[in-house]
Amino acid sequence: MSDEARVLPGQGSDHPYLRSALSHCLLMAASFVMLYPILWMLAGSLRPAEDLFGGGASLIPSQVTVNAYPQGWFGLQVNFGHFFLNSLLISSLATLGNVFAASLAAYAFARLKFFGRNFWFALMLGTLMLPYHVTLIPQYVLFLNLGWINTWLPLIVPKYFAVDAFFIFLMVQFFRGIPRELDEAAQMDGCSPWRIYYKIILPLSLPVLATAAIFSFIWTWEDFFGPLIYVSDMNLYTVQLGLRSFVDSSGTSSWNELFAMSVLSLIPIFLIFLFFQRLLIEGIATTGMKR
Amino acid sequence: MSVSERSAAATGTGESAMLARSFRGAVRRNAPGYVFLAPWLIGFLCLTLGPALVSLYLSFTDFDLLQAPNFVGMQNYVRMATADPKFIAAMRVTFLYVILSVPLKLAFALAVAMMLNRGLTGLPIYRAVFYLPSLLGASVAIAVLWRQLFAADGMINSVLAVFGIEGPSWISNPRYSLYTLVVLSVWQFGSPMIIFLAGLRQIPTDMYEAASLDGASSSRQFWKITLPLLSPVIFFNFVIQTIEAFKAFTPAFIVSGGTGGPINSTLFYTLYLYQEAFGNFRMGYASALAWVLVIIIAIFTAFSFLSTRYWVHYDE
Repeated sequence: MSDEARVLPGQGSDHPYLRSALSHCLLMAASFVMLYPILWMLAGSLRPAEDLFGGGASLIPSQVTVNAYPQGWFGLQVNFGHFFLNSLLISSLATLGNVFAASLAAYAFARLKFFGRNFWFALMLGTLMLPYHVTLIPQYVLFLNLGWINTWLPLIVPKYFAVDAFFIFLMVQFFRGIPRELDEAAQMDGCSPWRIYYKIILPLSLPVLATAAIFSFIWTWEDFFGPLIYVSDMNLYTVQLGLRSFVDSSGTSSWNELFAMSVLSLIPIFLIFLFFQRLLIEGIATTGMKR
Repeated sequence: MSVSERSAAATGTGESAMLARSFRGAVRRNAPGYVFLAPWLIGFLCLTLGPALVSLYLSFTDFDLLQAPNFVGMQNYVRMATADPKFIAAMRVTFLYVILSVPLKLAFALAVAMMLNRGLTGLPIYRAVFYLPSLLGASVAIAVLWRQLFAADGMINSVLAVFGIEGPSWISNPRYSLYTLVVLSVWQFGSPMIIFLAGLRQIPTDMYEAASLDGASSSRQFWKITLPLLSPVIFFNFVIQTIEAFKAFTPAFIVSGGTGGPINSTLFYTLYLYQEAFGNFRMGYASALAWVLVIIIAIFTAFSFLSTRYWVHYDE
């Protein structure tokens, strides 16, 4: 009886140790299955081209070579270094815009009193659910008329207008948790809203700003649809578009090079994941992000 | 001018002065809010609301990007419903994808979250490993990888060959190609799993203790405690993942080389929309497709919210 009383959620077993060992076995097996495809791609990128289909499912290449990396890097008319630089620039500029514009709007919604605040807030939440396809074609026509097609502007400029309401929502939640006494005291001392925003709210919100920045960067880095529609000059390609051209141009003949470039394209995300894992997981757990 | 007239004029100017003052006061009170809101507001009006209304109008036209749009009434919507087998195929594929991938993904997410919630050592490591595919999954690299995994001579068939099974060419066989994308989606169960984990932490352990004291089996505890108390989180994950599944694009595009093939078997709704808009330049028709997607998502969301009273338990 007393044994059972200490049982944790879902643990109805008489043999807690056995059960925990069993759980570990199961979870380790599951982890292996989850990571296997990625490891297989990594192994594939280290295989010689002749080893084309001989490798099968094994993770250990019969012969390790890094030739696929330089070959893939220079495999298209424009080298991948160019694509990486483009992606890095676009993602950084987009991230800056997202964090800046979203934090301004979030501060207004969370802290300032103005006529129509609840109305605009409701509309902002409404846009969270709206699929972007519905604005796609008029936006395309707008950018076409502005002469922005085949530039990066359609990928960057909208972020400076906080079009991704998700980040506003994320920040509003956080700003609301900052004690109001702080800005009320500052207001008594004659601080303007602008000063309160950048002297009090922003410094206290570094975790949420970092979370927004990280997700913004990753989503822009992985974005395929935007560049696909707006960018056609290969010199302006992002990494994702470069990979797609690689698929089209090589078919299945040089898949080790394709894998090598795919591995490289994931490295920035993987590094962010390694260093900012806690922020990513907390961001998802507290606000429920889609991915 | 009589005294009364003069006093009336005085009050008049007094009133207008007061009005002017209160107007200035209103401006002073509201200005900071609108200054901070300005970037979003401009973006909302010019990049979201405006374009959404324009696309609603375009959906009733034959706009082709080159010539001015002509109003054609309901023609686009009628064509969709009656004369477009590709639209029907795209709907079929998309609904099948949503119906298969979302419940499977959530089931995996919940099962693994429950295992991780038992206070096992190494939780952060497992959590990280299971979350990684969610983070990487949207990129072209993973779609490329999936194409190779399920190719005729890919990894999956090599594994099957070990057991003496000769697997088909999953990607190029219309019977199986969609299922490879379902597997790809289920593989990314990490982010709903993290949300489930956060939800499971909120359930007080003494409820389980009391239930065990009363002799409730663990499956009974699952149905009577875990599921009801987790239902708001399940609801949230369900809505978000379903909407995301309706919007899926990249994997189908890469796996099928942009065609939605073989034989339209991976023709996701968004992929068809893309083909119509940017392949055939039927911008009016594509706008109508976009609005049908909005309506589908709106109906789905409304029904989900209506259903909550039957199965979602909120704290009173």
